[in-house]
Amino acid sequence: MNSLLIPSGAVSASTREKQGESMKISATAPGEQPTILTLSKVGKSFGPLRVLKGIDLEVQRSEVVCLIGPSGSGKSTLLRSMAFLEEYDEGEIRIEGQLLGWQNTDKGRRRAPQSQINQVRRNIGMVFQQFNLWPHMTAIGNVCEALRRVRRLSADEANKRGMAMLEKVGLAHKANAYPAQLSGGQQQRVAIARALAMEPHIMLFDEPTSALDPELVGEVLQVMKTLAKEGMTMVVVTHEMGFAAQVADSVIFLDQGEVVARGTPQQIFHNAEQPRLQQFLQNYLDRNAFWQDSKPPTPNL
Amino acid sequence: MIFDPKIVTDHLGDIGSGFLVTLGTWSSGVVLGIALGMLIAVAQVFGNNFVRAPLRVFIELIRSTPFLVQLFLVYYGGPAFGLSLDPIPAGILGLGVYGSVYFAEIFRLGFESVARGQLEAADCLGISRLQCIWRIQVPQMLVIILPALINMITVLCKETAVLSIITIPELTMVLTGIGSETFAFVETLLMLCIGYLILVELCSRLGMLLESRVGRFMSRQPR
Ligand SMILES: Nc1ncnc2c1ncn2[C@@H]1O[C@H](COP(=O)(O)OP(=O)(O)OP(=O)(O)O)[C@@H](O)[C@H]1O
Ligand SMILES: [Mg+2]
Repeated sequence: MNSLLIPSGAVSASTREKQGESMKISATAPGEQPTILTLSKVGKSFGPLRVLKGIDLEVQRSEVVCLIGPSGSGKSTLLRSMAFLEEYDEGEIRIEGQLLGWQNTDKGRRRAPQSQINQVRRNIGMVFQQFNLWPHMTAIGNVCEALRRVRRLSADEANKRGMAMLEKVGLAHKANAYPAQLSGGQQQRVAIARALAMEPHIMLFDEPTSALDPELVGEVLQVMKTLAKEGMTMVVVTHEMGFAAQVADSVIFLDQGEVVARGTPQQIFHNAEQPRLQQFLQNYLDRNAFWQDSKPPTPNL
Repeated sequence: MIFDPKIVTDHLGDIGSGFLVTLGTWSSGVVLGIALGMLIAVAQVFGNNFVRAPLRVFIELIRSTPFLVQLFLVYYGGPAFGLSLDPIPAGILGLGVYGSVYFAEIFRLGFESVARGQLEAADCLGISRLQCIWRIQVPQMLVIILPALINMITVLCKETAVLSIITIPELTMVLTGIGSETFAFVETLLMLCIGYLILVELCSRLGMLLESRVGRFMSRQPR
């Protein structure tokens, strides 16, 4: 099945663009390893249910990795493990070389103290499907909270940086609005600004547009594209195949807790070999191409 | 029978001081109860089973015994445990402990009303547990629990009458004393009712004022 999810011309164009970028990016500062996130044999069970079955994964600096897969395949669990919101119980996750969440002792491993967990994950920014803004704080309040309490910036400094972040997501004019006064897309952009304010080295997105009305999806994806262009390392769980095809350096297909396929968007969307992946893409096309019933498919330009 | 204002004017000083003692023990008891209740709720929500189980027993114990008995236990039984308190501190302690378990239940429900995702977001940003409680959970739950909180505070106001049993010269003690001296029961009991009415009404008014303020962020209208 070589059904075109996206015009192949577009893929090669974006791949070219990416290649140009990766040249710029590979010039990492001395002492910085190119690999920013390493997962080895990561497993996680909820009771008897083994949701992640030994995931190996490496993310390079400035790489954009999209995670796709059917519902219940473990995408959220994997992403949440990377922020230690889930205690993965097998294998290792390392962020810039540091082990996340666990401490190896002679009696096996123990949960690391909270301060150490925070130390390791301070380089991670997380964006949730449900935004998870704090409703009793304004947009700027949400963005500044961690700057004030965790980074201990003065009110002025925090405010300045917070406004810069809101500016970046195009919401400086909504700084004093409460979340309830913002649209879903605006709330998600505030949530992105809130994570960015802490200057993370890697951003994790769990279906950032799934809770949005269709017409609001674009503005959030636009912010994410800009981030990717600026060289932010990103891991994105998404159902937006168009986004994955355009922006990702590599796409990972997860099914039943296993990495079934990993490759460039070209490889995943055009040359899928694995039957499970083909099935998944076919289902996606069927769901999204309802108009093809009545009209012959229009050629993609 | 007619109301003789002289009974009241003659004892204005005593009544005034009784009123102040009631106000003092009540507000101290409320502060103590809220502080203890918050501690209990936090321990229940964030603690492990070793912390939770004994607290559960403590809460059940307090909830299933009369306040009067608890007060006796603190005041008369206290010395047996090396806790000899003057009436007023004993009364405040008793009131605080009695209130704390009810406040704890209110706070516990409040904690549970804040969506988990908000806490995960805070967690990812490195915000500590305590900061999270104070900056994110408490302000939001206040909106939800305020009516229950105010209600419990007014209940404690009326419970201060029981403190007369351990010889605290509060409003009930003073006015019933005047009543049995002068046989002016109507005047004194009426004054007693008015006294509590004023306190409770003050408290609910304050509560309504607060309610209208703390919930503002919930509305979609810009301020
Ligand atoms: N806290 C939990 N307790 C028990 N089971 C869980 C828990 N969280 C997730 N699961 C189970 O783990 C599996 C993977 O869930 P996960 O949320 O990671 O899937 P997903 O790929 O993100 O799916 P979706 O696309 O629907 O978001 C599912 O079978 C789910 O029921
Ligand atoms: Mg999910």
